[in-house]
Amino acid sequence: MTQVKMTVNGKSASGDVEGRTLLASFLRDNLKLTGTHIGCDTSQCGACVVHVNGEAVKSCTMLAVEADGAEVMTIESVANADGSLNVIQQAFQDHHGLQCGFCTPGMVMSASALLKENPKPTEAEVRHYLDGNICRCTGYHNIVKAILAASGQDVSALAAE
Amino acid sequence: MYDFDVEKPTSIADAVKALGREEAQPLSGGQTLIPTLKARLAMPSVLVSLKGIAEMRGVCLDDDGRVCIGGGTVHATVAKEVATHYPALAGLAARIGDPAVRNRGTIGGSVANNDPSACYPSAVLASGATVVTNAREIAADDFFQGMFATALDEGEIVTEVKFPVPEKAHYEKFIQPASRFPLVAVFVAKFADGVRVAVTGASEDGVFRWTEAETALSANFSAEAVSGLSVDGSSMISDLHGSGDYRAHLVGVMTKRAVAALA
Amino acid sequence: MPKDGGIGASSKRREDIRFLTGEGNYTDDINLNGQAYVFFLRSDIAHGVLNSVDTSAAEAMPGVVKIFTGADFEAVGSIPCGWQVTDKHGEVMQEPRHPVLAHGKVRHVGEPIAAVVAESLSEAHDAAEAIVVDITDLPAVIDMKEAVKEGAPKLHDDLTSNLCYDWGFVEENKGAVDKAFEEAAHVTTLELVNNRLVANPMEPRVAVGDYARGTGDHTLYTTSQNPHVIRLLMGAFVLGIPEHKLRVVAPDVGGGFGTKIFHYQEEAFCTFAAKACNRPVKWTSSRSEAFMSDAHGRDHVTKIQMALDKDNNFTALRTDTYANMGAYLSTFAPSVPTWLHGTLMAGNYKTPLIYVNVKAVFTNTVPVDAYRGAGRPEATYQLERLVDKCAHELGVDPIALRRQNFITEFPYATPVAVEYDTGDYVATMDKLEEISDIAGFAARRKESEAKGKLRGFGVNCYIEACGIAPSNLVGQLGARAGLYESATVRVNATGGLVVMTGSHSHGQGHETAFPQVIAEMIGIPEDMIEIVHGDTANTPMGMGTYGSRSLAVGGSAMVRATEKIIAKAKKIASHLLEASEGDIELKDGAFSVAGTDKSVAWGDVTLAAYVPHNYPLEDIEPGLEETAFYDPSNFTYPSGAYACEVELDPETGQVTIERFSAADDFGNIVNPMIVTGQVHGGLAQGIGQALMENCTYDSDGQLLSASYMDYAMPRASDVPFYTVDHSCQTPCTHNPLGVKGCGEAGAIGSPPAVVNAVLDAMRSGGKDVGHIDMPVTPARVWAAMNS
Repeated sequence: MTQVKMTVNGKSASGDVEGRTLLASFLRDNLKLTGTHIGCDTSQCGACVVHVNGEAVKSCTMLAVEADGAEVMTIESVANADGSLNVIQQAFQDHHGLQCGFCTPGMVMSASALLKENPKPTEAEVRHYLDGNICRCTGYHNIVKAILAASGQDVSALAAE
Repeated sequence: MYDFDVEKPTSIADAVKALGREEAQPLSGGQTLIPTLKARLAMPSVLVSLKGIAEMRGVCLDDDGRVCIGGGTVHATVAKEVATHYPALAGLAARIGDPAVRNRGTIGGSVANNDPSACYPSAVLASGATVVTNAREIAADDFFQGMFATALDEGEIVTEVKFPVPEKAHYEKFIQPASRFPLVAVFVAKFADGVRVAVTGASEDGVFRWTEAETALSANFSAEAVSGLSVDGSSMISDLHGSGDYRAHLVGVMTKRAVAALA
Repeated sequence: MPKDGGIGASSKRREDIRFLTGEGNYTDDINLNGQAYVFFLRSDIAHGVLNSVDTSAAEAMPGVVKIFTGADFEAVGSIPCGWQVTDKHGEVMQEPRHPVLAHGKVRHVGEPIAAVVAESLSEAHDAAEAIVVDITDLPAVIDMKEAVKEGAPKLHDDLTSNLCYDWGFVEENKGAVDKAFEEAAHVTTLELVNNRLVANPMEPRVAVGDYARGTGDHTLYTTSQNPHVIRLLMGAFVLGIPEHKLRVVAPDVGGGFGTKIFHYQEEAFCTFAAKACNRPVKWTSSRSEAFMSDAHGRDHVTKIQMALDKDNNFTALRTDTYANMGAYLSTFAPSVPTWLHGTLMAGNYKTPLIYVNVKAVFTNTVPVDAYRGAGRPEATYQLERLVDKCAHELGVDPIALRRQNFITEFPYATPVAVEYDTGDYVATMDKLEEISDIAGFAARRKESEAKGKLRGFGVNCYIEACGIAPSNLVGQLGARAGLYESATVRVNATGGLVVMTGSHSHGQGHETAFPQVIAEMIGIPEDMIEIVHGDTANTPMGMGTYGSRSLAVGGSAMVRATEKIIAKAKKIASHLLEASEGDIELKDGAFSVAGTDKSVAWGDVTLAAYVPHNYPLEDIEPGLEETAFYDPSNFTYPSGAYACEVELDPETGQVTIERFSAADDFGNIVNPMIVTGQVHGGLAQGIGQALMENCTYDSDGQLLSASYMDYAMPRASDVPFYTVDHSCQTPCTHNPLGVKGCGEAGAIGSPPAVVNAVLDAMRSGGKDVGHIDMPVTPARVWAAMNS
C-alpha cells in the first residue's frame, strides 16, 4: 500500500492504495465520488473522464499513484457554487442530451474540456472530440446540440423536438 | 490487474536503475499498457513510471533543423507544438485515439510498443527519424523489427525521437471502426533526395516501408505514379475487420490519397 | 405554441439534475457494510465435459471468504425460461436445465464455472486464477444449420437434438400459401442474415445480495428493467424464497435495451451467497465480462419469398428462419423469433397469405434474447429488404410498390393473427417524402458524384406490436407470466401525489412524463407529483419496462388509478359543496358545481380526506389512495416510414450516413422532446447494426468481438443530425391515453433503409449485387463492388 495525496474538487484528499488501484477506483471507492463511472476496460467509453491538472483524462486508464499531488476535478465539481447547473449541464438538460445518465458525467467533462480549448466548435469538431465518449441512448444528436448551445451558438435550426 | 509496485523516478538515470529490478516494466502514458494489465496479459512486479522525468518531455529544434520530441511528450503537446514545423506529424498526433488518450499517451510509449496498428511508427519510419534511448541512437530503419518488436534491449527507454523535416508530408488514415486504430494508414514524406512511404495497420510484420511506391514517387511525385502498384495481400493482416486483400488495396488507396493531398 | 405543462409539453427532465451532477444512484454506487466481492471464473472453452474443479489452492489465497462451484447449486433450481413455445406438430419446445454455475459440462465461452467471494474484487480475481479446472474439450457447434444436422455435437445430453422447436405460423395456411406461389406472376427470393448484436448499455450489470439473519429477509440490488419479474423468477423458481422475504431493488439503471430484462445467474448467486457467507456479496461486471455474459440479440438466418400477381400486388409471403438461442434459453428467448416476429410479417401490407417457419437452435454461444425491438427488427428487415428487391426486379419505384400494397382500412386483421387498430401508412410516407427532401436527392447525388462518391437513397416502412401485452392472449401463446402493469396513486393531505409504478425508468424519463399525465388530469402543476419505481418493497407488483410498454400499459394503469382518485375526490367535494356528485366538475385543480360559482380547491378536498371532520364517513373511507392494474386488450401498432441517404466511397467501400429521416405515428404524445430522443437513440442503434456492429465467433466458439476494440459501437462522428417527425398521429383506440409507444421504433425501422440506400448507391455506380449482409462494413462493400 502506498499513500497518495491529491486535491480533488478543491479539497485535499488522501488514502492508501495498491500499485494497481486505478484513479477511477480511488475516486469511487475511497472518496465515494461515485459520479465518475466505469463503462469499459479498454479505455474507449469515456464514462470515467475527469480532469487532471486541467486536462481531460480517462480515470480508468491512469493509476491512482500517478495522480499523487495532482489537481483532480470530477463531475461533482461542475455545478455553480449555489448548486445550480452550470452552462454545459444546463444545456444538456435543456436539449435532452442525456437519457440513462450513465455516460453523462464523462460527456460533460469532455464537453467542458472541448469548450475550454475551442470556445466555438463546429458540429464536426464536436463530434470528433467525442470520439472517446460512447453514448448508447441518445444517438448523439442532442449531445452535440447541447454542446453547440453551451458554446453560445444558435441551435434553433437543428430540429427540435 | 495483478498487483505491482510503482516507482516514480525523476531522471532518466534513476529510471534505468529502477528498470533493473526483477520483472520491471516501464509505464509511459499507459493508454495501451493499463488496458493490457487489466486483461491480465502482463504480469510486471514493478512499473517504472516515466511521467515524472522532466528531461524526457517537450519539443525543440536541433541544429540540423530536426524536430526533437522527448519520449515522454504526450500526443496533445505534439499536436500543438509541432504544428508549424512539421504539420503532418502534428496532424497525426492530433488524430491518435481521442482527446483524453492524447492527454496521457506518449510518443515514446507508442514507438517502444510498436503496435502494428499504431500511428506514430509510420511517421518515424517515413521521416527516417532517429530513436534516441538512454543508451544509444537507433535509425528508424533499424528500430522497428516486426509486430510489437523493436531494437530496444530490456530496460532500455526511448528518451527522444528526432525527426528530419521533409519538404512536404501527409498522413492518410483509414480507421478500424471499433478500436479507432488505423485499419491501414500511410505516411508519405517527400525529401529533397527522395520519397519515403511507411505503412501501418496493414502488415503481419508491423510498420513497413513500401519501397516500390517510394521508387515510383521519387521518380514522379504524383498519385498516378502509384496507381498501378500493389502490395501482396497474403502478407497483410486478415481479421474480422478486413481481409489481407482489402488491406493491401487500402495501402494503395491511402498512399494515392496522401500524395494527392500534397499535389 | 408549445405547451408549458401537461400532456403534449416538452417538459424538461427532472431526473437530469442528479445525473448531471454525479448524484445518480446506480447499483455499483451501492456499498453495504461488510460487503464481500465475487469474481466468476468463466469458461474459456465453448464446449466440454467438466471433469473437476479443484479449489483447494485458491481457498488458501489471501482474502478468500468462500468459493462456490456447480456442486453447491445442485439443490437449487434452474434459471427459468419465461415462455414456452409449442411447435408445428403441437409439441412443446425442448427446454434444457440452466444451472447457476456450470455442472457436468460447459456450453459456451463465458459460462460461469466457479465463484470466488473475497474481501476485494482483486483478491477474488487473484484466487480464481488458482482454481484448477479440468475440462475435456468437445467439438463446438456455432453455425445453426450445422447444429441441426444429423450427427452434430449435441449441447444437452438429455435433449433429443439441438433443435429447440420448429415453429410454423400459421400452420393451417401453409398449403394455401404454397399454392399462391405456384400461381404467382412473379416471385422474389432473398436470403439474408440478421447479425448478432450485443446490447451494450453503458452501465455494465451489477448485483449486490444482502441477507438479514435476524429476520430472514433477502435483498437484491440489481441492474434490472423489471425488479418484480426478477423477484418472482428468482424467488419462486431458483432459490425458493417467497416474495414477502425477498426485496429486489433496481435503482438508477444505466440503460437496458432488453438485456436487463432477463434473470441472470449472477443475481441468483449473489442472493444465495449473501446468506451462505452471512455478509453482503457484490458483483460488478467488467465490459469484457459483459460481452460473454449479457444475453445477445438478433442472430437470424432467413430465406424469405414474396409472390406477386401480374399487377404487382403482393399475394403471398413465406419465410424460413433459423434463430439462434445460444447455449441455454434466456428468459424470453423463445418468444422473440416466434410471437414477436411471425406476427409482424404482414408489415404495412395487405398480403393475404403468410406462412412463417422458425427453427430455434441451440449452439455453443452466449444465450440470445430480446434486444431493442426483439423480433420486430428481424421481421421488418426481411420484409423491407424483400419489397425493395421486388421493386428492382420488377423495374418499379420502391415507394410506389409499397404504396400500392399498403393497408388502408382499419381495423385490419392480418393473416398472422393480430389486428391493427389504427394507422395511416400513406400519411407517414407522404410526410417522409417531404422531410427527407426526396425531390432534392438527384441534385445531391450529382454533388457526391462530382467528388468521386456514390450516393444512395433507401426507404422502408415498419410496423411494430408494442404495449406488451394482453395477458390472456400471451398466456395462450406460451407466456408463463401476465403482462399487465400496475400503479398506486397516493395523494397526500396537502394535495401532492406519489405514484408508485411497476414500470421502471432507465433512461425513458418516466419521472418527468408520467407526472405530465396526472397534472393534465387534475389540473395541478407537474411538480406536485412524484414517481416512485424500482423497488419491490414500495411499488405494486409490476411487469417492468420493455416492448415500448411503459406509457401504453403502465401509464394506463396510472390513469385508471387516478380516475379512481378523482371519482372519490368528487364524492368528497360534493359533500363539501353540498351538491350532487353528478354536478361536480374538476378543472384546473378545483372542483366546482356545474353552472354555479361554488368551488373547492384540490388541496382542500385532499386535506378533508385525511382530516375528515366534515366528511361523509358513512359513505366513504377517509384517505385518498388507489391502485389499479391495467391489462391491455390488444397490442398497440406504432408505424412509420424511414429514409436514409448514404454516400459511398467506391475506392474504400466506406459508407457514411448523410441524412436520416424518420416519420413516425406513435398515436398521442405526452412529451415530444422525450419521444424524439427515444427515436434518435433507436436510429443510432439501427445504424450501428446496419453499418458496424457484429458479434462474431470463430468455428471453435471463441468470441472474436469480445471488447470495444473489436465490437464497433457507433460514435458521434458516425451519425448525422436526424430529421424526426411524429406529427402523423392516429391514436390507439384501446388505451385511455391513445398512445402507442416509441422506444423501439428507431431500432426497428432503420436497418433496412440503410442497406437499401447502400444498394442504391452501388447500383448508381453500375454494380447491382442484389443483396449485401449487415453490417455493411467498408470491407464488405469493397468486396461486393469488386465481386
